[in-house]
Amino acid sequence: MTLVPLPAFIAVSATLFFIGVAGVLVRRNAVVILMSVELMLNATNLAFVAFSRRLAVAGERGSVFVVFVFVVAAAEVAVGLAIILAAYRNRPTVDVDQLDEMKG
Amino acid sequence: MNIDVVGLVWLVPGIPLAAAIVNGLFGRRWLHRATGVIASVALGLSAVLGVAIFFAVVAAGHVARTVTLYEWIGAGDFHVNVAALVDPLSATMVAVVTVVSFLIHVFSNGYMEHDPGIHRFFTWLPLFVFLMLTLVLADNYLLMFVGWEGVGLCSYLLIGFWFERPAPYTAANKAFWMNRIGDWGFTIGTILTFLTFGSLTFHDVFPKVAGVAQTQPLTITFIALAFFLGATGKSAQLPLYSWLPDAMEGPTPVSALIHAATMVTAGVYLVARSTPLFAVAGPALLVVAIIGAVTALFAATIALVQVDIKRVLAYSTVSQLGYMFLACGVGAPIAAVFHLATHAFFKALLFLGSGSVIHATEEQDMRRMGGLRRKMPITYWTFLLAGGALAAIPPLAGFWSKDEIVGAAFTNGQPILWAVGVGTGLLTAFYTTRMIYLTFHGEPRDHHLYDHAHESPAVMTVPLLLLCVGAVFAGLVLGFPPEAGFIHRFLEGTVTAEAAAQSELPNYVLIAGLAATAVVAGLIGIAIGYAMYARRRPDPAAVSRAVGPIYTLLWNKYFVDELYDHRILEGGRALFGAAWAFDAHIIDGIVDRLAWLVSLLGSGLRRVQTGIVGNYALSIAAGLLILIVVYGGYATGVLHR
Repeated sequence: MTLVPLPAFIAVSATLFFIGVAGVLVRRNAVVILMSVELMLNATNLAFVAFSRRLAVAGERGSVFVVFVFVVAAAEVAVGLAIILAAYRNRPTVDVDQLDEMKG
Repeated sequence: MNIDVVGLVWLVPGIPLAAAIVNGLFGRRWLHRATGVIASVALGLSAVLGVAIFFAVVAAGHVARTVTLYEWIGAGDFHVNVAALVDPLSATMVAVVTVVSFLIHVFSNGYMEHDPGIHRFFTWLPLFVFLMLTLVLADNYLLMFVGWEGVGLCSYLLIGFWFERPAPYTAANKAFWMNRIGDWGFTIGTILTFLTFGSLTFHDVFPKVAGVAQTQPLTITFIALAFFLGATGKSAQLPLYSWLPDAMEGPTPVSALIHAATMVTAGVYLVARSTPLFAVAGPALLVVAIIGAVTALFAATIALVQVDIKRVLAYSTVSQLGYMFLACGVGAPIAAVFHLATHAFFKALLFLGSGSVIHATEEQDMRRMGGLRRKMPITYWTFLLAGGALAAIPPLAGFWSKDEIVGAAFTNGQPILWAVGVGTGLLTAFYTTRMIYLTFHGEPRDHHLYDHAHESPAVMTVPLLLLCVGAVFAGLVLGFPPEAGFIHRFLEGTVTAEAAAQSELPNYVLIAGLAATAVVAGLIGIAIGYAMYARRRPDPAAVSRAVGPIYTLLWNKYFVDELYDHRILEGGRALFGAAWAFDAHIIDGIVDRLAWLVSLLGSGLRRVQTGIVGNYALSIAAGLLILIVVYGGYATGVLHR
């Protein structure tokens, strides 16, 4: 059984990441944007795990960062959803293009 | 008991400072009139210590001890300590300043009794004494300058004590401004001293003076003249004298303490302290002598026609300070310090006496007084004795010191200055007589005022009596026999450039002849005054009509204020106007334009902040893309550093 080559993992990771970027840029629904951000974070997680598995010299310590990213992502979602909820209460929409009070 | 009194010297200014702080913090709300008691007790302690130090220095002979409190500035080669120099000169000054200050503080308790601002008064007056003692005790020019500026500030605050009225605050401003001109001279002198000698401490500078005078005589002359400019401002000499008469707008005890006995003598003290410097300063010494003599004569002539009792005394003070500078200038600094000491007593007494009269009558115009001696016997007799001292009647204090100054001018080869001194003595005797007659003798000219006049309370008359002791005996105790009295032996070597200058006995025949001439001149002055104001032969009004233009000139004080106002100040105002225009249009203009540019830029950049999250996300993504491209470029070798 041949190993899946490292560049394949990186290609998947990069694809997922840019799908996420595209989602953040083109979607207007704030919840979807948040989901896209999650996609980007998990794309990096995939890259971390792949590098850790294939390039680590002594043990797979790089995988530890995945745990960190999970924690940060969970916190970020919690805060992000709270903000969206607060914004929705203020004005019943989750369309980010209409939330432009910070206009200079 | 063996206490090192000299080591406690820092307490002498320290106690008044403590009183000033306590009165300043708690006076307004809680202490009120008790501030006067606190200040007086503090000054009493200070005076006891000051006199103890004086006697300690007398007992020790020619000591010059530096008591260092701490190092104030230490930067590279520049070292300045907060340190007191205790030597015969500063000990004499400390004794005079503390004793006179104490008596004036006690007097003020009565004089300021009903003033609502009494706590302010008794905050600033001890503060003044603290700064004056700092000036006197400083062992270097920089610390002296601290005291010098500080007493100027207190003088400003106390002249403008009744700031609700326009005259006092105008006078306070005038005093401050004129002193600034002088202080500028002091600053220049201090800087040049450091640049020339590499130190500001007296005992570092003075030994080097003779050597530097050989190589850089012009520098020494310039330093001396710069210091003298400072002295003319503080001691009200020509051309910076005209603030002192206006300073009479302040409370009378202030006039007595600051503008007669202590602060205005700071200039004399500066010159006396710097005697080694002035002694080798070539023409500077002659300038000092001439300015002193001319000021003495000039101010005395103005005093002839003044009708405000305090202004007569103010011009008289200017005139007497002129005598002191004359003494310094003709190489008799001991006589200057001697006259400074006696003058402090009799002039403070004259001012306090006038304060007693003003307190009793609420009037300063002598034309409305008259006959007051029956109502105020203590004030009258003390005033009379102090007036006698001012007119240099033997054996009162002023005679010994003034006669010595005038005599020194003659023996040191300045017969013209001697003649000016004698002539001024005649005028002094005349205006003193006139002042005493108009105030205390004759028939009351204002019956309402006369009927309400009363002798002042004991808190005011006792200081008068004590000062009177000084005014009568100070000259005899300090200066007898002439040229070889106590003060000469005491100050010899400290003030004079070389200690053994006068080893041979003074020429008593010459001294007696000169003294007799001066006394005769004084008696003539008194006789003329008596004839004009007691006998009305000739009538003063007729005399003033006969010499019409001269009288107008004197009455208007030689139009000096007008000259300053119209010629100098107007030029100054034009300059200030130009400076203002430059500031408003050029400086502010540049700043305004800069601010306008920034705000323009800001309003342009404002558009970037659309508030749409998508735009921000796009710029982040674009940034990321650029980073990737650049990194990729370097990594693959397409781009080079």
